[in-house]
Amino acid sequence: MSDLARTRADFPILHQQVNGKPLVYLDNGATSQKPRRVIDALVHYYERDNSNVHRGLHALSMRATDAYEGARTRIAKFIHAADPAEIIFTRGTTESINIVAHSWARAHLKAGDVILTTEMEHHSNLVPWQQAARAVGATVRYIPVLGADAEGGLDYAALDTLLTPEVKLLAFTHISNTLGTINDAARLCARARAIGAVTVIDAAQSIGHARIDVQALGCDFLAFSGHKMCGPTGIGVLYGRRALLDQLAPDETGGGMVVSVTYEGAMWKPSPERHEAGTPNIADAIALGAACDYLDEIGRDAIAAHDHYLAQIAMEKLSVVPGIRIIGPRVGQPRGGLVSFALAEVHAHDVVTFADEDGLALRGGHHCNQPLMRKLGLTSTTRASFYLYNTAAEIDVLVASLHRIQKFFVG
Amino acid sequence: MSADLSELYQQVILDHNRRPRNRGKLPTANRVAHGNNPSCGDECSVHLRLDGDRIAEITFDGSGCAISQASASLMTTQLKGKTAAEAQKLYDEFHHIVTTGEAPAEISDLAAFAGVHTFPARIKCATLGWHAALNALKGDPLPATTETHKD
Ligand SMILES: Cc1ncc(COP(=O)(O)O)c(C=O)c1O
Repeated sequence: MSDLARTRADFPILHQQVNGKPLVYLDNGATSQKPRRVIDALVHYYERDNSNVHRGLHALSMRATDAYEGARTRIAKFIHAADPAEIIFTRGTTESINIVAHSWARAHLKAGDVILTTEMEHHSNLVPWQQAARAVGATVRYIPVLGADAEGGLDYAALDTLLTPEVKLLAFTHISNTLGTINDAARLCARARAIGAVTVIDAAQSIGHARIDVQALGCDFLAFSGHKMCGPTGIGVLYGRRALLDQLAPDETGGGMVVSVTYEGAMWKPSPERHEAGTPNIADAIALGAACDYLDEIGRDAIAAHDHYLAQIAMEKLSVVPGIRIIGPRVGQPRGGLVSFALAEVHAHDVVTFADEDGLALRGGHHCNQPLMRKLGLTSTTRASFYLYNTAAEIDVLVASLHRIQKFFVG
Repeated sequence: MSADLSELYQQVILDHNRRPRNRGKLPTANRVAHGNNPSCGDECSVHLRLDGDRIAEITFDGSGCAISQASASLMTTQLKGKTAAEAQKLYDEFHHIVTTGEAPAEISDLAAFAGVHTFPARIKCATLGWHAALNALKGDPLPATTETHKD
């Protein structure tokens, strides 16, 4: 059995028919599938260890606490954080970013300050900043995206004029979920740090696809979701540098995050507990740790290489489909494992409905990226996004389906 | 192509999608309403000139999938000359067709949309233009939306 066949065998869901055809799952940008290992971790926890953490002295509670805190340590290692206390469990990227936008931005920003972000952000890394800016009287500025098809990526030259002393925070996506563009995160963090701005990386699309070292990147905060990296839904992480997290006022308060409570008030524990009020999502955190183990066994460099391989094949084969307009990096340029495109005279929803007939799972729409779509003169695109279990043969299924769709609608 | 899919993309629908009728703005309009499907980004504005209680003229513009565009196009051909009450009745029939797949008692082009019922995710596409038109008739300034959940 080849390595790829062995990997596919790890994912029970892949082995099914959809509309009478083998499932071709190319919607990994939205969520990835889960290997048996992760599913087993959930079952094991609920069948053997289920108990509340941190508060109990009995055997199950201790096992649950060890497994939960073990997952925190495992994830710290996964992103090379200096300290497990820098890992806060959240519901996902969106909640992680909102914590920074609420607790950090509202405490540290004032009228006249600037939040710098980019024109290619997912709504989850855009709307929270707009709201924070509105609350304190700050403004949001955008690093432009270059090219009619956004093929030029971010305008790094514009940083010279954009990075003024008023910029207090820079938030950007590592890999664009719509364009596939891979941003130079280390460079952006270095530039922001030079003027004393805090950096927030949206790693939703990169976390399961590339080696991530928060210390080498030099970021202050980094947000990601478990469900896009072979882990369960409902769990994600906010990484923050310890010095920042320990100063940060908690966004939510309640049980589990206090040192002492009187009728007059309360004192907070240090990070991570101060940012995890209430019973946490124990089972999914543990399973996320199992997902880290799985991805590291396959190797994130190998996954990145496989993404690159599939993206290049897809770019070559898709670019000859009549009437296609691919956005993001051009053929041969580096891109993450996804391709998003518009077909002339065929709306993305019609493409997705037709492709579903061929067993293909694609995504059509604005990909939570409305301002970028508008800038590119598009209302929607179809996106094929790949992961470690996808094959070159699946791209052939996609291409054949697109030819058929184009013929049906345009003739 | 499967039977369900050819039911969905009937010739009438493909034709209205390729050559939409009454597409564009209406300079003489005295009612306008906008509709959208937040998760898909489908947009549809309906422009009406009401003459008393009757729709004297009607156009639509916007962008979206073949189902939403064809439905809005066909709708304009059906609503012209109708009163608000008649429009509501036609919509009720249309809604019945797209949710049950049952053809109406009388022969109607609207029956082309019966195939939508096997694709529940597309019902909101088919009804987008209708929601906008009914809102325009009510003089409702709020954008119509066929969805309430988040993307
Ligand atoms: C780049 C990017 N940021 C943020 C998110 C939001 O992630 P979640 O919905 O898991 O919070 C996504 C997921 O679609 C994404 O692709």
